[in-house]
Amino acid sequence: MSTSEAATRPLGAVARPGRRARSRPATPVIVGAVIVGLLALAALLAPLIAPYDPNEVDFLHTSESPSWSHLMGTDDAGRDVFSRSLYGLRLDLAIVLFVTYVPLPIGVLLGSIAGSFGRGVDSVMARVADVMLAFPFFVLVIAIIAITGPGLKGVLIGVPIAGWALYFRLARSEMLVLREQPFMLATTGLGYSRTRAILRHAVPNLWRTALIYSTLDMVVNLLLLASLGYLGLGAQPPDAELGSIIAGGQPYLLSAWWIATLPGLLLVAYGVGVGLIGDGLSDGRLRSASA
Amino acid sequence: MSAEGAPLLQVRGLRVEFGTEDEPLVAVHDVGLTVRRGEFVGLVGESGSGKSLTCRSALRLVRPPGRITRGEISFDGRDVMAMSQEELRSLRAREVGMIFQDPFSSLNPVFRVGEQLAETLRLNAVMPKRQARIEATELLDHVGIPDPDRRYLSYPHELSGGMRQRVMIAIAIAAKPRLLIADEPTTALDVTTQAQILELLARLRQEHDMAVLLVSHDFGVIAQVCDRLAVMYGGYVLETGMVRTLYTRPEHPYTRALLESVPSLESAGSAQRRAAIPGQPPELTETLPGCVFAPRCAHARPECRTISMALEPVGPDHETACPIRPFAAEYAGGEAPSPTVPERAS
Repeated sequence: MSTSEAATRPLGAVARPGRRARSRPATPVIVGAVIVGLLALAALLAPLIAPYDPNEVDFLHTSESPSWSHLMGTDDAGRDVFSRSLYGLRLDLAIVLFVTYVPLPIGVLLGSIAGSFGRGVDSVMARVADVMLAFPFFVLVIAIIAITGPGLKGVLIGVPIAGWALYFRLARSEMLVLREQPFMLATTGLGYSRTRAILRHAVPNLWRTALIYSTLDMVVNLLLLASLGYLGLGAQPPDAELGSIIAGGQPYLLSAWWIATLPGLLLVAYGVGVGLIGDGLSDGRLRSASA
Repeated sequence: MSAEGAPLLQVRGLRVEFGTEDEPLVAVHDVGLTVRRGEFVGLVGESGSGKSLTCRSALRLVRPPGRITRGEISFDGRDVMAMSQEELRSLRAREVGMIFQDPFSSLNPVFRVGEQLAETLRLNAVMPKRQARIEATELLDHVGIPDPDRRYLSYPHELSGGMRQRVMIAIAIAAKPRLLIADEPTTALDVTTQAQILELLARLRQEHDMAVLLVSHDFGVIAQVCDRLAVMYGGYVLETGMVRTLYTRPEHPYTRALLESVPSLESAGSAQRRAAIPGQPPELTETLPGCVFAPRCAHARPECRTISMALEPVGPDHETACPIRPFAAEYAGGEAPSPTVPERAS
């Protein structure tokens, strides 16, 4: 891998050791980053941007179509859909970040341990992960919510419990290849401890795949969260959450289309943005930046 | 040449197996090897002759499914086979350095080479961070890397094969080991770089007074730098002796055939090819009675199928596994044979 990389690298990069030529990210990555960046910024600044309190009901202005005073209209209780969407996005993104990036390091760590040790340790850990993966993800999360009761607590516990297994599998399979590399043998030959060999020398070589996969996972998790909200198992009313906003707007799809559609478009934009970033990362055009 | 030095690494009766317990595939049979203090020993043989496994065994670096099933390994009088994991780590970290064949993958691609070297210094030579960095730059300079301050910051893919091998050597000698095991360090390099790396090894050995065990399949490489030589074939050591002795009076037909197959400058352009050894080296699955080399040997006799492969002394510091000794009469006649000793212009 490194030889082909060296071969495709422009000569100028070799001539300037230590200061690697910065490979410019592909256009899709930039577009994706801009979309996700704007959404994240909007979510972060929701209290400043949102023109209304997301839970403020106004029965004089129910189901109003989008206008300058209500950018995305109002819902059946007269609440400002734009403000609710911003707060919903804020809640969703925070939860998605948590449920994606908590299981990631756990899975990568366990996976690299399993891959490095092999044999018994590996068999036990891999079977546990297989059991997790054999369950339909969604059903498993709902089962955990059944225990904890509806609400975000169930999501925060359930998704990481089910989510680490995929990162485990990714890291484990990379580790199986990596441990045969001479530089990993060299860590043994140099008398480095196993902990050091895994954490310091192997993990930096295999976290990139997990990171790329996590972009996909972030979309899946947001959709999961919205679905749970839609089913009434996620965020509880009156908390604004994209899924529950969409669910709440669905009965009025024909009379007040904006209540469900506009927050839905935010979800779509988020999915597309994250997907573009993931695509760009896996392209290898950012290899030197991430490797 | 410290031929009289005390043994530093001593391997006796080493056996390395693969496969199942019931049907083991024996890759190394009953191999003995001695490296004395400060000595430069060559281990030569074809691919698959067990030379890499033998030298990895010295540090118990044989990876499963391979396993050492028999043998004594002692380093400086201590029993390596009996060492605890902790003792073994200390041995690998501080007393024996190792260089691998492929400089392209023996450095971690995601770290700067200087950091990798400094890490070894911090851990194995126990140095504070700042000092390790200074020392690492000096070491890079010491192994002949130009502009070490800038190279410290390079990633492995930014360096040429020869440079990477120099970095590997710097890492291997960072803790000032007493033995450096070099497993075909020049095989992946071009001839010019090869000569430079060998020169470097010879120089470092002088400066640090360390012993070197050089594994190679190239007689020319061995001839340039080694004091003593062990010739391996099919998992056995067939002959050991001082380099000069083996070059002028090889007792084992395999050693002689190997020497005769080395191309020389004079043969360049000539239509006549060098004598190749007919046949193929034995597979791991074959178990041959008697001498492993007999099926390919030009001097084989019926009794070759029953002889043991034990090394017998035939001269001062010279042992061979061939009891037939087909050339003994020739040497006794006083007329030394003339297999071309490949001397490289340096």
